[in-house]
Amino acid sequence: MSKDTLVQVEHISRYYGPNAAVSQVSFELQRGEVLGFLGPNGAGKSTAMQMITGNLAPSAGRVRICGIDLLDQPRAAKAEIGYLPEQPPLYRDFTVDEYLIFCARINGIARNKIKAAVQRAKERCGLTEVSRRLINNLSKGFQQRVGIAQAIIHSPAVVVLDEPTVGLDPIQIREIRRLIRELGNDHGVILSTHILPEVQMTCDHVQIINKGKLVFSDRIENLNQRMQSVSLLLGLRQPPESSELGAIDGVKSVEILEDRHFRIFHDSENSPAEGIVEQAVKNGWGLFELSPERKTLEQIFVDITSNETTVEEDAA
Amino acid sequence: MKMTLHIMRRELRAMFLSPLAWTILAVVQFILAYLFLSQLSEFIRFQPQLRAMQQAIGVTDIVVTPMYGSASFILMLVVPLITMRVISEERRNKSMTLLFSAPISMTEIVMGKYLGVVAFLLIMIGMISIMPLSLMLAGPIDTGLFLSTLLGIILLVASFAAVGVYFSSLTVQPTVAAIGTFGVLLLLWIIDWAGARVADPNATGLLTYLSMLRHFESLAKGVFNSSDVAYYLLFIGSFLTLSVRRLDADRLQH
Repeated sequence: MSKDTLVQVEHISRYYGPNAAVSQVSFELQRGEVLGFLGPNGAGKSTAMQMITGNLAPSAGRVRICGIDLLDQPRAAKAEIGYLPEQPPLYRDFTVDEYLIFCARINGIARNKIKAAVQRAKERCGLTEVSRRLINNLSKGFQQRVGIAQAIIHSPAVVVLDEPTVGLDPIQIREIRRLIRELGNDHGVILSTHILPEVQMTCDHVQIINKGKLVFSDRIENLNQRMQSVSLLLGLRQPPESSELGAIDGVKSVEILEDRHFRIFHDSENSPAEGIVEQAVKNGWGLFELSPERKTLEQIFVDITSNETTVEEDAA
Repeated sequence: MKMTLHIMRRELRAMFLSPLAWTILAVVQFILAYLFLSQLSEFIRFQPQLRAMQQAIGVTDIVVTPMYGSASFILMLVVPLITMRVISEERRNKSMTLLFSAPISMTEIVMGKYLGVVAFLLIMIGMISIMPLSLMLAGPIDTGLFLSTLLGIILLVASFAAVGVYFSSLTVQPTVAAIGTFGVLLLLWIIDWAGARVADPNATGLLTYLSMLRHFESLAKGVFNSSDVAYYLLFIGSFLTLSVRRLDADRLQH
């Protein structure tokens, strides 16, 4: 274990009755890394997050935060974690300031540093203007930000965010993503989400969890590779026979869709887009649409799970 | 320890942010003031006769202790309303995660919440006690009896609060917590009524011992018996331990 390994998760499982919500999940998080936890609803993301943050004891396995075992020394380990659960844990009849001061206190920040810590957290999350307002009266987006401020107030080594951008408007989502990237510079961040672009934009490392099992764990570049399109969506005003399309170099097969659209399948390395455009112009097909189709998260799941690649424990 | 105080302060503050606390303070004060005044006028009416008696009983016996007796009964009704939300509401709002993720032990969380409730109840008892203390402007009161009664009511109410915190840790519905607490308190209050009718003297002794009221009554007579104090402390300790274990069970596998 290197000095900058912030989180070490070893074979954690959690059972609810006979159902395994999470089974045999292992990974590591280094300093300066943003780890994306992807998965469809009910995949076990939140359960995994709760175990990492000590809200739920694993049925088996162990979690170490900065080398400290979370079960043996919960107090020391928890001091290094900031956690934003799915639903921000807010005291709604407090003002933002009161709430953050309380959070600073229970996280053991020395009395003379509380003011500065609160100020810094507010600045980072853009809350300075709402300091004196009741949390209950804030919009969902601001409440979410208060939740994030709470998680980073004691500058923990590890920040765990469970679906931090749910219910925010696009501008706020962008701001939060920027903040996550920023946090990733000097903390380790674990981010759970089911939104694929979010992971692509913010994370260095991706893990996909499905039905409680870790099915994919790799750097973001490799995920992008997997996501590379293998099909084009083509729209023609005067469409030719599909066999003519199939003859174009690089085209593997053609699927005819309704409304003069075609789906062209090709190899991932070799896109026939250029050839199609050339032919379309030459023969006057009336090209009005040509776009690469990106895979959705769902398709990647199908891909990954059908390739039966259950990731070995220390793929990280 | 410091964490316990932080949680206690928050708890107390949260209580005063809701109209419930203020309403309870006002209603309890009003009812007890009414009882106090009617008791006092009774005393003034009988004062000439009392003066003629050999072993005169004073104002403390006639006005002060009965008022605390009524207070004990009213507080049995009121404490469940104060304690019902301490843990259940945080569960419901999912804000418990904040405390669970912070470097605090379960014991500190429970103690903080419990002491917050007790601090509120002490404020209430303090406000009630202004009335008997005001009698000192007119003449002396029996300080020993007064202090022992005061200790009795504080211990009694602190025990109520411990039961309330435990029931609040069992459920996410504050009302369920309140009803459960009230049921247990009432049962422990009247448990010796049945005791009096049981022929077996051992059983009677046990049921009488369990009754919360009995232990308060002796303190309210000015009899300071360490076994009464021990009863309350054990009672509080047991219910707080149960609450800590209940919260721990949230985390652990079951």
